[in-house]
Amino acid sequence: MRELLKIALPKGRLGEKVYGMFEKAGLRCPEVLDNTRKLIFENEEAGVCYFWVKPSDVAIYVERGAADIGVVGKDVLMEYRPDLFELLDLGVGVCRLAVAGRRGVGDRTGRTLRVATKFPNVTRAYYAARGRDIDIIKLNGSIELAPILGLSDVIVDIVETGKTLLENDLEPFETVAPISARLVANRSAYQFKNDAIVRVLQRLKEQVEPNRDTNY
Amino acid sequence: MNSALLKPEERAILRLRDLYRTYGYTCFKMSKFEAYELYVENKEFLISDRVITFTDTDGKLMALKPDVTLSIVKNAPEGGGVSRVYYNESVFRVSERTHQFKELMQTGLECIGELGAYHLCEVVALAGRSLSTIAQGSVLAVSHLGIVSALLRTVCTAAAKQEILRALEAKNPHGMREACAAADVDAPTTDALVSLTDMYGEPAAVLPRLRSMSEDAEVHAAVKTLEQAVSLCEEDTQTRVVIDLSLVSDTGYYNGLIFRGYVRGIPTAVLFGGQYDRLMERMGKRARAIGFAVYLDGLEQLEEDDALDADVLLLCQKDDDPRAVFRYVRTLTDKGLRVAVDTCPDSRLRVGRTERFTGGESHA
Repeated sequence: MRELLKIALPKGRLGEKVYGMFEKAGLRCPEVLDNTRKLIFENEEAGVCYFWVKPSDVAIYVERGAADIGVVGKDVLMEYRPDLFELLDLGVGVCRLAVAGRRGVGDRTGRTLRVATKFPNVTRAYYAARGRDIDIIKLNGSIELAPILGLSDVIVDIVETGKTLLENDLEPFETVAPISARLVANRSAYQFKNDAIVRVLQRLKEQVEPNRDTNY
Repeated sequence: MNSALLKPEERAILRLRDLYRTYGYTCFKMSKFEAYELYVENKEFLISDRVITFTDTDGKLMALKPDVTLSIVKNAPEGGGVSRVYYNESVFRVSERTHQFKELMQTGLECIGELGAYHLCEVVALAGRSLSTIAQGSVLAVSHLGIVSALLRTVCTAAAKQEILRALEAKNPHGMREACAAADVDAPTTDALVSLTDMYGEPAAVLPRLRSMSEDAEVHAAVKTLEQAVSLCEEDTQTRVVIDLSLVSDTGYYNGLIFRGYVRGIPTAVLFGGQYDRLMERMGKRARAIGFAVYLDGLEQLEEDDALDADVLLLCQKDDDPRAVFRYVRTLTDKGLRVAVDTCPDSRLRVGRTERFTGGESHA
């Protein structure tokens, strides 16, 4: 029996979209999209095994070898710096990590800047490079509330359309980094399942918009 | 001795010791402690710069060894010849995953002195042999830092080089383009660096690509050394040998050949090695050096976890005659069975069968 390629998909809309890309790449397993309580989905014929995991956990599954490959947001890779191969920018889930705050309230550089974020490591590095003294407030959700309630001066968070910020009288000030979904692979799996991984990588590359990073 | 009783890592230590002795390597037994200043002076050489320290009875600040190579280099004799040592030691360092201190068991070897091409190739071949000795199904990935170093010659800042090497290590082509653009690297060099991110595979496929990649003499010399090392290794070992240009190490310490070993079933590399002439220079030693370490802790993941704790669980009463029970146990152990005695079934114990003791007889 041939070894299956184990793929960790991020739960949610992004995961469903990238499953579509894997399906087009020949790794079909339609059961994945069924609304069932099953955790693992296999298609031996296609040589693939999928499972859904929390988006921020995909890198851990891949790094520790429970999955051979997976799809992770660049924000997660920047924050946790997992030890794995980042093989391809899939060009989906495009957004940006940005500094945002209350509209019209600039950075008062004379005092410590209070920054609320889910990404303390990225935030620390960003402001350290600018020599700015900050006080990081680590939050796990509803980051936008922090400046509105005076918990922080600014936030560092994912901005997709900016609509949520706008509705709450907030605005993005600076882009920390552009973000998109990345195909990642376990270092050891890359050695032992190289043919399968390179095959899917090639087929995914063909699907990535032709105008985007065409040189890889 | 029944080798089945040994854990995979214990078996590996015995076999590797035998292998290294066969090639004239002598055992280097070292103290668990080292003066802390050695690590302060060579902080970047360490995988983690956090070290467990204590004050010795004479007031000197000491450390539990986080690394073996620095101690061997410090004590390496100078003045001609080649020093070959192997070791089996524990090191204490912060795990990159758990961010807590961990004791790690390492076996490895160092070859130091007036090294020629043979010595370099022999160490790479021994790395390949080490992998096939400890497990079935292994891959040795080999590269030469001279190739990427030559391409990075025109990149000025250390920070820019670091970004480029980080993208290379992650096989990240888009990250490589971004890092090259930020460092104003010219287009042909950028293309060459991007091509390194996917330069991986059997030597016969990768070497021609490498040869045609650049006209640089340094690159060609590095490719030649790489070719020599991988061809010897391919000939000598059952380990699959691949060239992987995404391998990087701190170029302030390492130069030349660099390699990583993987074993099927373990999600991380288990063998790390390379040539570190620059470390020798920094430590004031006039010699070349190459070596590798095998991390044995990961091998426990290869242990079969369906093994039984005992073949027979013998259930007896608390007031049964101990001599009669023991005599009956001996009749079973004499047949080669492993027996655990208890007064009631234990769901935590994995046993082949359960018997009830009835005064010298037993019933399944």
